Amino acid sequence: MNYHTQFGSLSSYRKGGVQVVDADPKHYVFSNVFEVASKSKPYEKVCVGKNLDYVIEALRTEGDSPWFAAPHDESALIMDGEVEVHLIKPDSPLTPEGKEGSVMLSGQPAGQKMGWIKARRGHMALLPKGAAYQFRSASPGVLLLQTIKGDHTVERWAEICQTTA
Amino acid sequence: MSTATAVIEEQGTANDLGYHSFSAGQYRFERDEYFAHIYYPGGRHLMHVEAFLRALMRDVGWGFFYGTVNFDDVLGTLNHYGTVDLFVGLLNQAYKSRNRHYVETFNSKDLKKVFEAMLDDWTNEGFDPYAAPDETGNAYGPKRGNNSKALKRERIVAKRMVGLPGDLDIRTDAAGQPVNRQFLDVPQDAPEVHPEPGFEGEVHAFNMFAYTSRSDVTWNPSVVSNVKDSQICATTEEHMLPIFHGNDRVEWFIQICDEIIWEIADGKTGAPRAKVIMRAGDVAAMPADIRHKGYSPKRSILIVWENNDGTLPQRYSSGQLKPYPVEF
Repeated sequence: MNYHTQFGSLSSYRKGGVQVVDADPKHYVFSNVFEVASKSKPYEKVCVGKNLDYVIEALRTEGDSPWFAAPHDESALIMDGEVEVHLIKPDSPLTPEGKEGSVMLSGQPAGQKMGWIKARRGHMALLPKGAAYQFRSASPGVLLLQTIKGDHTVERWAEICQTTA
Repeated sequence: MSTATAVIEEQGTANDLGYHSFSAGQYRFERDEYFAHIYYPGGRHLMHVEAFLRALMRDVGWGFFYGTVNFDDVLGTLNHYGTVDLFVGLLNQAYKSRNRHYVETFNSKDLKKVFEAMLDDWTNEGFDPYAAPDETGNAYGPKRGNNSKALKRERIVAKRMVGLPGDLDIRTDAAGQPVNRQFLDVPQDAPEVHPEPGFEGEVHAFNMFAYTSRSDVTWNPSVVSNVKDSQICATTEEHMLPIFHGNDRVEWFIQICDEIIWEIADGKTGAPRAKVIMRAGDVAAMPADIRHKGYSPKRSILIVWENNDGTLPQRYSSGQLKPYPVEF
């Protein structure tokens, strides 16, 4: 038998949902990353998962992103499309002491080129601690960022989540 | 009732079917051709032996995991990270309200030793409790051989990210890790990685979907990347989760492909609360006060996103943290 594995994409996804017996559907914080990205601006860091300070952000990849950096590792998982990740080791630290989460930089920082990655659906890239990075995508796609809540994390739960039974 | 008890593993003569019995504190475990029998002060419980072995495998492989591993709606373990409760009826409304529950507390390593020995003795050749039913033989009948090698697999944990030097290896055919029969259409292409000299160990990516498509176990989340205590755990799911997991903290699910239907019940009583239907791209939180059991009609890929902070169980159980992660 030939099995067909059903992935999702910006152009094709079929959202499930919460079927309530005795619960508040909001407690399950149910959303779909493709739906979220379909309504987001490019590289808007929309929170789709939050566990205290830790977050999973859904980003619509389209064009060149701003440069970002974080004082800890992050990971980027491509859910749709093709994305380049360009990495620079900065000449001096780019994130304030004691701050967590990614910071958005005003432009490409001075430093040494570390290399680049071309990633497609299913690929997971390391965004190493202290490095500056930029995403580049020729056409719209979606990635999930494993990180810590930062100044540019966008929380709009009531808009993205199932709120009624 | 709760008592700290030394564990004694029974190594007596096997029964007529070839199976040994085991004891832990005042619990005694016996098996026959079809059932596992659990004797405890005040009563007797039994489970279909295949369901029992599948649940036992997860409890052993996960080191009692986070929170509660309910083998069914009566029997289970509650992890205190160093000690573990083995209970009958503790999280069942009827047993608890009539004071028919029974609990003993063990040193985790002692109970794990008994469970491992029981799993090894009771698992027959050809039956793999980590495999989907369509992939393995049956668990029934008189004792015939063993499957010890298959029982040694545990939840694996990447230190930083799969594929980095010194971390978990990428899975390959050459390493004896073929793509699962239900994932033959999952692309196996590798990302293009172009490090500048000196940055070979830092500029890194791997095909996480391909890596997961080669998993030879079901319902066994393994860590693939970390941000401090934030752990992305990838797992393949087929048929049904052999336990009802009651986490002691909030966890999150991200459905990567296909569909899982989650049955959600109250963590303490087992009363039904909801069904959560998840398809590719769906994200859902599992609150800290529920138990869940998943059903995956086709083998699917799921991300289980965990917070490994060891202070969380106390912070949730004390009420310092609400059982759900976001208010809006």
